[in-house]
Amino acid sequence: MANALIELKGVGKSFRSADGTQRAVLEDVDFTLAEGEIVALLGQSGSGKSTLLRLMAGLIPADDGSVHYRGQPIYGPTRGVSMVFQSFALFPWLTVQQNVELGLEARGVPQAEREERAEKAIELIGLSGFNGALPRELSGGMRQRVGIARALVVEPDILLMDEAFSALDVLTGEQLRDDMLELWESKQTPMRGILVVSHNIEEAVLMADRVLIFASDPGRVRAELRISLPRPRNPESVEVRSLIDEVYALMTARTRAGKTTEGASDLHLAYRLPEADVSRMESLLEMLSEPPFNGRADLPALGEETELTDDELLPLTDALHLLGLAQVAHGDIATTPLGQRYVQAENTERQEIFGTQLLAHVPLAAHIRHSLESSDSGELPEEPFLRMLRESMDSDEAERVLKVAIEWGRYGEVYEYGFHTGLIRLPEEDEPVTEEAES
Amino acid sequence: MMNLDRFQFLPRRVVDTGNRWDWALLPLVLSALILLGYGASQMATPYQVGTQLPITLDPIWLPYYLLRTMLRMFIALGFSLVFACVFAALAAKVRAAEKVLIPMLDILQSIPVLGFLSITITGFIALFPGNLLGVECASIFAIFCSQAWNMAFSLYQSFRTVPSELQEASRIFQLSGWHRFWRLEMPYAMPGLLWNMMMSMSGGWFFVVASEAISVSNQNIKLPGIGSYISAAIEARNLGAIGWAILAMLIGILLYDQLFFRPLLAWADKFRFEETGSTGGQSSWLLTWLRRTDRMQNMMLRGFSVIDRTFVYFRKKHDGTSIMSRQRTHNSTAERVWDAVIAALTLFAIYRLSHFILGEVGIAEVGHVFLLGFYTLLRVMILIALAAVVWVPVGVWIGMNPRWADRLQAVAQFLAAFPANLTFPLAVVVIVKFNLHPDIWLSPLIILGTQWYILFNVIAGASNIPTELRYAARNLGLTGWLKWKRYMLPAVFPSFVTGAITASGGSWNASIVSEYVTWGNTTLEAHGLGSYIAHMTAVGDFPRIALGIGVMCVFVMGLNHFVWRRLYRLAEERMHF
Repeated sequence: MANALIELKGVGKSFRSADGTQRAVLEDVDFTLAEGEIVALLGQSGSGKSTLLRLMAGLIPADDGSVHYRGQPIYGPTRGVSMVFQSFALFPWLTVQQNVELGLEARGVPQAEREERAEKAIELIGLSGFNGALPRELSGGMRQRVGIARALVVEPDILLMDEAFSALDVLTGEQLRDDMLELWESKQTPMRGILVVSHNIEEAVLMADRVLIFASDPGRVRAELRISLPRPRNPESVEVRSLIDEVYALMTARTRAGKTTEGASDLHLAYRLPEADVSRMESLLEMLSEPPFNGRADLPALGEETELTDDELLPLTDALHLLGLAQVAHGDIATTPLGQRYVQAENTERQEIFGTQLLAHVPLAAHIRHSLESSDSGELPEEPFLRMLRESMDSDEAERVLKVAIEWGRYGEVYEYGFHTGLIRLPEEDEPVTEEAES
Repeated sequence: MMNLDRFQFLPRRVVDTGNRWDWALLPLVLSALILLGYGASQMATPYQVGTQLPITLDPIWLPYYLLRTMLRMFIALGFSLVFACVFAALAAKVRAAEKVLIPMLDILQSIPVLGFLSITITGFIALFPGNLLGVECASIFAIFCSQAWNMAFSLYQSFRTVPSELQEASRIFQLSGWHRFWRLEMPYAMPGLLWNMMMSMSGGWFFVVASEAISVSNQNIKLPGIGSYISAAIEARNLGAIGWAILAMLIGILLYDQLFFRPLLAWADKFRFEETGSTGGQSSWLLTWLRRTDRMQNMMLRGFSVIDRTFVYFRKKHDGTSIMSRQRTHNSTAERVWDAVIAALTLFAIYRLSHFILGEVGIAEVGHVFLLGFYTLLRVMILIALAAVVWVPVGVWIGMNPRWADRLQAVAQFLAAFPANLTFPLAVVVIVKFNLHPDIWLSPLIILGTQWYILFNVIAGASNIPTELRYAARNLGLTGWLKWKRYMLPAVFPSFVTGAITASGGSWNASIVSEYVTWGNTTLEAHGLGSYIAHMTAVGDFPRIALGIGVMCVFVMGLNHFVWRRLYRLAEERMHF
């Protein structure tokens, strides 16, 4: 292997949550970015991949372990590392030219040279003629081109791309990605390595020499996949398709390893419920049971059909699996018999099934219900539950998890929640929800 | 082509050759400079304490007085700006400083302007013996006190809320602190700062009488200016002169608007952070004029390029791999010592202050002053409620009619800038004529100047109601009370709270001038904290001034903390689109 550009050894990072407890975001991560390679980091949101990127950029310090750039320890942002941001991060009051010149200005490059280099970078990225425009006059794709030009003009060794194409529409994103790859292959820039953080599996497979898949809670590298296909790669080719399948299988491995369809009892109370919206889950289940899938689908194909990003699709499949309405394995998803019954059922029955499954498989929901039943008024404030969740996650995440639990509980008529009072209570006409877990 | 891109701060160069704009602008600029120079030279004339400066009520002198007043305000605004920058930069970047500075600003904000004047006047006069400059300084300081705090606060707020991805970008690209200040923090804060400068200016006009016709601590000095002119007119019971003064002041406000704020606002339009969104920016004939004038263009650009060049000198000399970037370990002992020092100083101050006040005043009067504060509190709250009853429906109605909204909102802003205390003499005449009770009938004056904040915020809120929501409400056939309860009132609630907070703060400050009103030798006084402070500043009784100011601070901060901030949070969390 060639020289290491960035080397991480045993890196750990934790953030202090609101109540003062430490929460590990990354644990014992080893990683090397070697000269001449493109590496993609994949993982669901909250798996710490953005944190890892920021560690390498020198934006945040590591708590444990070491981060080295070309053998030197990193204490802050390095000149050899440049970054492209998801939200572009352009200065809206500076023209395209000034935005691109910013990094040179900071390095004290004389004005004439600055102008020349910036113009060259703008031309390289295909924006000549727009030098005097303000970012707000440009479309998203053009803005990100400015972002890339700004990152390249300082002639970095390493380019970090933080979900650089995910804020763009699919067509623009693909175009920009292909342009980036062309630039990389042409070796017109002194760039030695690229690190891409993404949640788009296809993007990662098409770009990278290596794909690292992150597990969350706490974040660590779960799997690594080396891709030696020559670029440009054809997304329709058999090799690429099978690689994508493989990555999907690796990505969904957590649920597969976590439990079988029957027992969800090994989930703990503070399990991070996936960010899945009930009506979307329903639509997905319906789509899955209809032709062309007829109850079984390849995850990439399902993603294409639903036009959901991987980031949106995986939490949904995760949730369906969790509730026993579908089963995810080896990058495929299939409806369970209960899931089929659910699709055929009317609204009331659907809600009943949902409620039953929720109580059976999601310990947090069952715990809320139990606590409500044992309180005289049938009413409890949300804070004790939040406090409990905060012990194992930060407060934003705790609120998110409780919100998901509340949404699901509302739909399953297991409990209700008053937004203004912040109280969780038993539903009005308290029809006992059958406790028998199905499937 | 390359050069055109360099026209950064004043882009849109239309006229390339034939500098006809140069010739038109030249005399204007020259005469403005001469006027300013003359006004400034008049500020440093010899003066002995005790002598009266002649103030004539002849309207022919008004332009001169207007010049002096505007100059004073401009200088104060300049100082406020510098203060705000230093303050905000310190508070936003140094944690130890932040701990002290932010609560301090909160207190300073709630201290009435007259309070500052009465405490500092003697010192300023002693600073320049035998010269008018000392009194001028005191006057400028009083204006400064009515302007600086909210500017500093707005700037600090903006510095703290600079979007994190822009901060990250500026670190990745190795911007030094100085570079970041000019390229990121200042531009980001600019729109908010300008808006607050305009508000500050209104505050300055409101206290123009008090800050020029200085009658605190047994001093009686009338500096040449509009404020002194008004004060003299009130003493002479000359309604005609008051009319002239109102006219002059209108012109002054208009000049500031057209020559100063409008061009700045139009220029700052590009600093708006929302990258898309409406283009409903300001336009200014003066800015367009300046932009089309080659020579002005060049002068400004040269000024800006000086700043640009400083970036090279102050650039970051090392990057993240150098040992110099290593973070110093967090020193918790030093932090704890600092906290202890602050706590000790606070305790000592409380001890000294209570000793001073109790020794001179006595506990009974403290209780009495609190009672007076309660009267004023009652007044402020009732009047804000009344103003809400009147102006919320009106504001909603105006806001829902886009044709009127723009125009009337500008009028409301103008009214807010107009010093309402000019109309106080009229109130005195009416109250005396009908023999009304001052405790009740002086009260409306408190809200006279500040009610407009409620109006124009509600207008803004109502015009921001999403169109689809309006259609939905019409479609559902919402009418009558139901329409107000379920749709209109919740929709404008956040903007109403914003307006009411400003109105409440302004009203406390205004209580000092509106609970104690004179017209010639008739003086009307309402029971309240404002009149107490006004009375004590007039005689220069320091312990009682301190007591009054302290009690007012307690009330204002308590009100903010227990009422307004909660309502604000409620509005922010529950009632936004």
